[in-house]
Order: sequence, then C-alpha cells, then structure tokens
Amino acid sequence: MHAVDEPILRVSNLSKTYAGGFEALKDISLEIQKGEIIALLGPNGAGKTTLISAICGIVRPSSGQVTVAGFDIGRDYRKTRALIGLVPQELTTDSFESVYNTVAFSRGLFGRAPNHTHLEKVLKDLSLWDKKDNKIITLSGGMKRRVLIAKALAHEPRVLFLDEPTAGVDVSLRKDMWKIVKELRESGVTIILTTHYIEEAEEIADRVGVINNGEIILIESKTALMQKLGKKQLILDLSKSLSALPAAINHYDLAISEDGMKLTYTFETQSERIGITALLDDLKAANIQFRDLNTTQSSLEEIFVNLVDESSGKNSAIVNGAAAE
Amino acid sequence: MNLHGVMAIYRFEMSRTRRTLIQSIVAPVITTSLYFIVFGAAIGSRIQEVGGVSYGAFIVPGLIMLNLLTNSISNASFGIYFPKFVGTVYELLSAPVSTFEVVLGYVGAAATKSIMLGFIILATAALFIDLQIAHPIIMLAFIVLTALSFSLLGFILGIWADNFEKLSVVPMLVITPLVFLGGSFYSTEMLPPFWQTVSLMNPVLYLVSGLRWSFYEIAEVNVWVSLGSVLLFLFICFSIVVWMFKTGYKLRS
Repeated sequence: MHAVDEPILRVSNLSKTYAGGFEALKDISLEIQKGEIIALLGPNGAGKTTLISAICGIVRPSSGQVTVAGFDIGRDYRKTRALIGLVPQELTTDSFESVYNTVAFSRGLFGRAPNHTHLEKVLKDLSLWDKKDNKIITLSGGMKRRVLIAKALAHEPRVLFLDEPTAGVDVSLRKDMWKIVKELRESGVTIILTTHYIEEAEEIADRVGVINNGEIILIESKTALMQKLGKKQLILDLSKSLSALPAAINHYDLAISEDGMKLTYTFETQSERIGITALLDDLKAANIQFRDLNTTQSSLEEIFVNLVDESSGKNSAIVNGAAAE
Repeated sequence: MNLHGVMAIYRFEMSRTRRTLIQSIVAPVITTSLYFIVFGAAIGSRIQEVGGVSYGAFIVPGLIMLNLLTNSISNASFGIYFPKFVGTVYELLSAPVSTFEVVLGYVGAAATKSIMLGFIILATAALFIDLQIAHPIIMLAFIVLTALSFSLLGFILGIWADNFEKLSVVPMLVITPLVFLGGSFYSTEMLPPFWQTVSLMNPVLYLVSGLRWSFYEIAEVNVWVSLGSVLLFLFICFSIVVWMFKTGYKLRS
C-alpha cells in the first residue's frame, strides 16, 4: 500500500556518467504528482532526454533511484514500464507497417490484451482513424508524430513522457497537440514534456523545470516562477526630451532611451515596495512630465534564458539588458 | 510472464515475412530447385550413389541445412538490427518485457520462418526425388534445434552489428563456407584423410550428418554426438544473449 500523496514519479539523486566520462545527469532529484503537466526546459545537451531515457529504462543510471507509483524502476520494471508511455524525440517508426498494426503492436508489447475499442478511440482522438490502414511511410511528419503518440497511449499509461513532441510541427498541429495533452491530463494522465518552445511550457505546463549541464536549476510552478523571477518594467513616454537624469531620480533603476523621450523603470514583481508611487512623485517634483505610460512583464523565455546563463556563469543581466533595448 | 508482449513481437515479425513473401519464401524455393536441377539431375546423374543413396537424395539434408542456417541467421539478425537501425528499439527497451520474452518473440519468429522454409524445401525436393525419411522425429528435432540455435546466433549478430556490412559478413564469410565444406554436397569419405580430420572441426558437419542420418541412416559422426553438439551450441548462444541483455551490450548506454 502506498500513501495517498505518494508522488507518481520520484527521482532521487539520479546521476548518469557515460563510458567516455561525460556526466549527463548530476544528482537529479524531483517529485511529480499525479495529474500534473511538467515542462522540462533546457538547451541542447542539457540532459533532458537522458533523464527521460533513464526513467523509461533506455539508459542505465549510474546512481540514484527512480520510483513510479512507488515501484522501483529496476526491481519492479514490469510494473513501472507498464505505467509509462514514451513519445521519443525522433520520428522513429516502422515505415512499412500500417498505422493500426503498429499501434496494436505497442499495446501488446506493453502487456495489454488486444482492445480494438481503445485503439479506435486513441486513433480517432488523434485524427488517425481514417489513416489506420495506411503504411506509416506514406504519412506526413506531423501525422507520424501523432502515430508515435498513439503508440505511447495504446497501453493506457498513467505517466506520459513527451520528448519534444512538437519539434518540427506546424502551428496548427502544435495547438492540436496542446489540446490532446490537456485532455489527457483531464483523464488523470501525468505528463512530463521536454521542449525548446517556451510558449509551449507557458501554454500547457503546471510546473516548469529548467535543466542545464545535467542539473536541475529549478523546478517551480509556472505561475510562481513568473511571479518570483519575472521582472516588470514601467515605460514612460516623456513630453520633452531628457539629455540626462536629474540627481533627484538618479537612485532609481532607470534607463533613458537614446532620443531621451523614454524612461524605463525595471522592478521585481515580488518586492514589497516596488517604488512606482515614489518614482512618479519624484518625477513630478523634478518637473518631468510624461504623455503616456505602460508596463511590460518578462516572458518565461526571458526567465529561462536568464536562468540558463546564470547557471552557466554568464552575465545575468539579460532581462534588464533586453528591457533597455 | 508478458505473453502479450511475446505474441506482439512474434506476430510483428511474422507479418514482416508476409510483406516480403518473395524474398523470404519464393527465392529460397527457386534456389533449391536450381540446386536439384544442376547437382541432382545434370551432375548427379553422372555421380555414383553415395552411401547407397542416389546423389540427388543425398544432397537433400545438406540443402535443408544450408537454407535453415542462412535463413535463421538472416531473419533473426535483421529482426533485431532493423529496430536498432531505424530507432524503434526504444520501444522494446522501455517495454515491460524480460530478456527471455524478447528472445522468445524474435527468435521464435525467425525459427518458425526457417522451419517453414525447411519443410517447403523438403516438399520441393519431393518433386525431384523419391524422398524417404527413416526417423521423422529425429529429423524434426534437428530442424527445430538448428533453426532455434542459429536464430539465436543471428540475434547475437543483429545486436553486435552496427552497420549492414557487419550484418552480412558472418553469413557470407563464415556460415556459407562452413556449410559448403560441411559435407552438404559430398561425403567426407570422398576427401583425403587429412581433410577428413580437418572437416571434423567444422561444426556444420555435425548438423548435416545428424540430419542426413535421420533420412537415410548414414552419417559422418554418431547421431547423438550431432544432437549433443547442436544442444551445446544452443546453450552457448542463449548464454551470450542473456549476457548481452544483462550488460546492455550495444543496446543500452
């Protein structure tokens, strides 16, 4: 028996060092609750696919432990693998097999008895039913991606890994995928996806994990991440051009545009005192008038780039820098 | 045991045979017919009986063995190499199937195809010669055990190979010469004494000899030695496959 709040997936101190000495994963720990959608972001070679492969049994971890629904992936590999579905990054398909047969093969391989009704539902949900007798080689890239998803769903997994599911997929299909992912979550499936598209994480994920150089830099709820690390900017369109900032407002984090017609004030959204009221008062006192004002918030993409650069030891002022442009 | 998994692999592999019917079945049948026409009818009519059996009948067990060996190896090696080559092996590695189940699926399908082919060749041979089988059960045992053990060898090759050249090098450069030098088309008694001794080092000789005994009760070596050899080979191949899966050799990084 497992506790009710047992995470569906628990990764503890997972490391992977390849034969050549390359450390692909460094002491990764994370917990994922049932029904969550987690997006793993990271640059190429960060370790995202290795992490998924280690959990799914494709790569042998060097150390650490992974449990799925409380079962160890090594000792209880039959139970854990039966619970997991994997959509790989590459479009790897049995080109000469029909759509239906390849999906039926996946269901059987994962230990489930034939179930035409379920396969029909999966194929219909993925708009593949009318192509069920087509050889996979005749399908477009987007359709092949759907076939891979159908294969992963054929055995009714409770945890689904999507390794860059929308790479190379057109916008319309990408939105269809997001819809499918959301529907799967509603049916209780936990989804872990890796992506390069920040908008994808922003659109569908509950939590976002950032991986770089084999380490999880952070894992946070998307909303909290945006609030915690997001920066806001107040942009003022001035009535008259300023050549330099008056001494009275010099202590604010202000940037002045080249033509002197814009002032940009960057502030942390989590700060107790964000200082806008005081700034506006000081501007009035300094007789600086403005015609218009607006605010912008940094996107998840900016947060992500900033985090990765910080973890790589680079200049961390990208958010501010980008804002000043 | 994941029986659904085993059956899924088995059916999948068998459906590949249906898709490649000409390559899998028709081609070996035509080749065998040509052997009978050339060796059995054209050349064989000028050769005296071998061990009291007409030359055409004498070569039947050798022809069956030639096809069993080459097809078992090529079917099984291609079966596991192709998923590695196109990348679909990820599914096999992430599925709840044990080593034994994977081997049972792939090797079972490859061996089934080879056994079917063996019987098709037997039926083809019956069109050309008056076929007699003295020990059908022993014949069946040899065909099944040979198909299984060489399918296992093919499976090992498929895992080991990382390109198509490697996949074909063993059947072409090792197995075919061994079959031709293993008494498939002649009796080792026809050879000088030195080469008779050398032939005894050829493992295929034991297989051909055992199978020929089951047909005509004539053999180069004792039939039980032949049967023991094929069982030993089966055990060695299976042990290598188990080691490959346990260590993840060329499968899991």
